[in-house]
Amino acid sequence: MKMVVVAGTPGSGKTSVLIHAVRDLLRAGQRPALVKIDCMWTEDDSRFKRLQVPVAVGLSRDMCPDHYAIYNVDEMLQWAKSEGADLLLCETAGLCLRCAPYPDKALAVCVIDVTCGPNSPLKVGPLLTTADAAVMTKGDLVSQAEREVFRERIIETNPKCRIIEANGLTGKGSSEISELIRSWPQISGEMLLRHNPPLAICTLCTGELRVSKERHHGMLRHLDGFMEYSGE
Amino acid sequence: MFQVADQTKKPLTMTIIGGVDKDGNADAQDRIEICRGEIIGIVGPTGSGKSTLIADIEQFAQGDTPSCRKILINGEPPDSQQRNDPRKKLVAQLSQNMHFLSDMSVCEFLRMHAKSRGKDPDLASRVIELANTLTGEPIDPGHHLTILSGGQSRALMTADIAVISDSPIVLIDEIENAGIKKQEALRLLAGEGKIVIVVTHDPMLALMASRRIVMKNGGMTKIISTSKQEHSVFKDIEKVDCWLTGLRETIRQGEVVA
Repeated sequence: MKMVVVAGTPGSGKTSVLIHAVRDLLRAGQRPALVKIDCMWTEDDSRFKRLQVPVAVGLSRDMCPDHYAIYNVDEMLQWAKSEGADLLLCETAGLCLRCAPYPDKALAVCVIDVTCGPNSPLKVGPLLTTADAAVMTKGDLVSQAEREVFRERIIETNPKCRIIEANGLTGKGSSEISELIRSWPQISGEMLLRHNPPLAICTLCTGELRVSKERHHGMLRHLDGFMEYSGE
Repeated sequence: MFQVADQTKKPLTMTIIGGVDKDGNADAQDRIEICRGEIIGIVGPTGSGKSTLIADIEQFAQGDTPSCRKILINGEPPDSQQRNDPRKKLVAQLSQNMHFLSDMSVCEFLRMHAKSRGKDPDLASRVIELANTLTGEPIDPGHHLTILSGGQSRALMTADIAVISDSPIVLIDEIENAGIKKQEALRLLAGEGKIVIVVTHDPMLALMASRRIVMKNGGMTKIISTSKQEHSVFKDIEKVDCWLTGLRETIRQGEVVA
């Protein structure tokens, strides 16, 4: 079994890029199964289902979506196996950008939208810095110079990653993505996360609604960067 | 004033191997060879597939785009570095997208672009100087890209291609739509010994080309070589255009047409 985790900010084109890649994988005789992880709502599964491949949806709701995705990796792999698949494609949002939902042996793909401006590669953090491949989308909306500057910014952030320019509308780049997936090794043994999770649990996680400072405990960071521990 | 340096003097041919039109029918032109120093026009009604053909060339399609066309360099498929790495890239493109989205200053952006192409960041000032010869309102290095006018953006992109990208193949999509001096821009981009492909509805630019590819329903239907007669028409249009440009400038400057 192989595993691919596709992450990226909302609206960056993850689903469209994946749909074209899956078509290419099917032509190459692969048997992919797809899991879409989202927080509140998704209808991407209906788009995936048209590809006639096994599709499952996971909504993390009150749980952190990255934690939810990682917690359910075993279950997803078992499900994919029971569906007769040899490849699990997991699409997830990666919303707070403090950690990254990539297990070390899976192929980690970060989809990033060039119209977000040349500073966005600096903002997405571990989602990009720990990825094996960065897929640049919506390049047709900017000039070649801007695409090249954006590419340079990605290289500055993650010098080792493979950069693929893709277009979710025309399918540009899909053959390159599918080739990369096909050349990736199988997963085996115990998998580790590539990046440290953020600072423990916060008071908001446990349901605190009151805003005032004295209600919050744990590892806390002030606006000026000062960090302290408050609590027992 | 500015010499457009040519990276390599090696012979270069680009071949377009035909694919399919929007209905899946084979391109009537199944093989087009283009050599250094040639200007090729792409003509056809809106939606006929001109920009798709340009996109095929820009990414050196290998049967992996909706048109299934293939682009060969010196008879061979280009390697992936030539396809993707801006430092090795053979293609510079002036696209229809006239506005910048990057929230950076002109100077910062150009320095970054030079770096991405493996060039000296100090070329930025030359780009701005050159851009200002093509457009009415001067561009300042400290200006933010997002506030530039359409004409300023187009002039900056043109100068950027001539100085920083400096690739042997130049693709131009609809240069006439911008508020810049189009022949000067084309001459600047064409440089010496480059392959220039220009999408155009403009009779003057189309006739400046030695050949033009005619697009219809996504397919390459025919190739027309510019005849002697067409060339003499071009000379006439050039005179008219020169006269119109003069009038435009007079009006722009708030003067009275004599």
